[in-house]
Amino acid sequence: MYAPSSVDAPRIHTPDFITESALTIPIYGMLGEDGRPYEGADPSGVAKEIVLAMHDAAVFTRLLDERMVAAQRQGRLSFYLTATGEEAATVGSAAGLEPDDMILPQYREQGALRYRGFTAAQFMDQLFATEDDLGKGRQMPVHYGSRALSYMTVSSPLATQIPQAAGYAYGQKLAGEGRCSICYFGEGAASEGDFHAALNMAAVIRCPVIFFCRNNGYAISTPVSEQYAGDGVAARGVGYGVRSIRVDGNDFLAVYLATQEARRQAVSEGVPVLIEAMTYRLGAHSTSDDPSGYRSRKEEEAWQRFDPIARIRAFMEAQGWWDAERDEALRQGYRDEILAAMKTAEAKPAPSLARLIEDVYAAPPWNLTEQYEALREQVRANPDAYPKTAGRIE
Amino acid sequence: MSRNRVLTGSRAMVEAIAQEMRVDPTVFVMGEDVGPYGGIFSSTTGLLDEFGEERVRDTPISETAFIGAGVGAAMAGMRPIVELMFVDFFGVCMDAIYNLAAKNTYFSGGNSKVPMVLMTATGGGYSDAGQHSQTLHATFAHLPGMKVVAPSNAYDAKGLMTSAIRDDAPVLYMFHKGLQGLAWMAAPEGASTEVPEDPYAIPFGEARVVREGGDVTIVAISMTVHHALAAAEALAKDGVDAEVIDLRSLVPLDREAVLASVRKTGRLVVADEDYRSFGLTAEIIASVAETDPGLLKSAPRRVACPDIPIPYSRPMERFALPDAEKIRAAVQQTLNRAVA
Repeated sequence: MYAPSSVDAPRIHTPDFITESALTIPIYGMLGEDGRPYEGADPSGVAKEIVLAMHDAAVFTRLLDERMVAAQRQGRLSFYLTATGEEAATVGSAAGLEPDDMILPQYREQGALRYRGFTAAQFMDQLFATEDDLGKGRQMPVHYGSRALSYMTVSSPLATQIPQAAGYAYGQKLAGEGRCSICYFGEGAASEGDFHAALNMAAVIRCPVIFFCRNNGYAISTPVSEQYAGDGVAARGVGYGVRSIRVDGNDFLAVYLATQEARRQAVSEGVPVLIEAMTYRLGAHSTSDDPSGYRSRKEEEAWQRFDPIARIRAFMEAQGWWDAERDEALRQGYRDEILAAMKTAEAKPAPSLARLIEDVYAAPPWNLTEQYEALREQVRANPDAYPKTAGRIE
Repeated sequence: MSRNRVLTGSRAMVEAIAQEMRVDPTVFVMGEDVGPYGGIFSSTTGLLDEFGEERVRDTPISETAFIGAGVGAAMAGMRPIVELMFVDFFGVCMDAIYNLAAKNTYFSGGNSKVPMVLMTATGGGYSDAGQHSQTLHATFAHLPGMKVVAPSNAYDAKGLMTSAIRDDAPVLYMFHKGLQGLAWMAAPEGASTEVPEDPYAIPFGEARVVREGGDVTIVAISMTVHHALAAAEALAKDGVDAEVIDLRSLVPLDREAVLASVRKTGRLVVADEDYRSFGLTAEIIASVAETDPGLLKSAPRRVACPDIPIPYSRPMERFALPDAEKIRAAVQQTLNRAVA
């Protein structure tokens, strides 16, 4: 069966191509740079407690990132990734979901995880691979995961979470529990085949999934001008038959309301939705990256005025919900909590080495047991050669 | 009352899938041409009619998409059975297999399970060349976190499929096209077997002694089990009594079954249609040698595909692939050549 368009489409009789700029998608925004609602934008649909909760999670995330970059510079941590400047995109979208909707992150969504309730201690247990880490000390820093908070453990290979999210959502649909999944990725990851494959399939087999692109301007050093030639990522959704919206990613209210509406459509109609959040990665890609080689201070400073936290704070103050005193109390409280949690985690024991061979299979098969025993004997026989390991043998 | 019928490999697979789908609503099938077509290798014939398109899901042609989606659905609490049409096509979806399916449980600290079955067709012998004919057992068995099984007959095809669906780990179910009983590809005698109607599960990691013998051990899997049995019959005429072991699963591996046999015979031939180097044949020989090099009275031999892409030309392909005669000759070498 051919698509109806190939049969019923109107005929033209000159070879006129549709231009690449024929579809230019507007940006949905609620708050201007100064935090004041645009004319015609009605923020009354966002409850005060939601705004305060989003701001709270964003401030925590900002302070956590600042502290952990410093810790990495001090040599206390091997690696870290900040989300600075993108807090509205990740926190605002998480706020627009139900708590048991599934989150399949890329790796820069600590704001969403914090909004769900991940504690300072839980962040630190993962970052410092303590014996209390939910991932048992196996994955590199910032690869968080929490079954209790419906947050899939981060995988390193880019964009692989996108087809998984489609499948997760298909499973949710078959289970009939009225849930959906959200999948985060950057505009760089959207160049991977996985993105295209997943959007097409999700549209065809109707998966209730929200594809959430954080278009933050850079894929490590590659700017969007070298990433794609068309109108960003949102325009692609239309081609795959996926409803799409572009939103100001530094506007908490717009991200929240767009995600809430996307969720409603995904769950009630069983369809995928694409959100492209336009934002800016104010920090480096990771602690292994130095942006001064590929972008100017001037550019970074220009984006500071779009800081999402400053914008939502101005909105909150204008509503009479917030002031400088409360702001400083919140920040000081979180600085203290984060520092204390870090010190606690640094003093905690590492996971037992026996955990090395758990969870590869439900029970360790004979070959893993043999291999573990052989390594254990090696360390036991030469403890001086393994000063960090010998103490963790049971 | 359970009846035994003679079924083809594909019918046995379908029966296992259908029986599990009837009792477990989380089981569903996804892949290319699994719906009305019933699977290119008849592994899903008739399922659509019984279970509908939501649970027997034809997908767009993107292994990247639907195998990745299978991993996601498995973590959502479903038990997807996903078909990779030819194992040769694994290149476009290997990330979902070895970085996600195989590792998500471990990296989640055991908090996420991936109970997915990835069934895929292996093997050559029908002139489709090296992008449709590979076996690739070792490629997957090498990677931690997955189980890998490969049935040689219909009885095992059903029992191993049932176990695969019920397992909480990702299982790679590698079926040889030549054992499916397809109209266009003759199966060896013995591939179609009596199969009980009632559901049953064959535990993974339990090899089967398919022929007892005292002179030499032939370890085989999938199609090479049939070659080994034919070789054993030929050897019997020469007064050589070969024992044939069907491993049935690579991961977990039944090392004890191999050792028990070699302790008895002292001679070892390993046959696998996969490439020779760095593969199953080497693993079996190494596991025997590591345990006790004194077990072997002569140098072990392996019969496998040479380390070349499998060619189209029928004489070239036949020249390359393992067969009964090559196994027979390898056995003769183990009898004639003592360890120095």
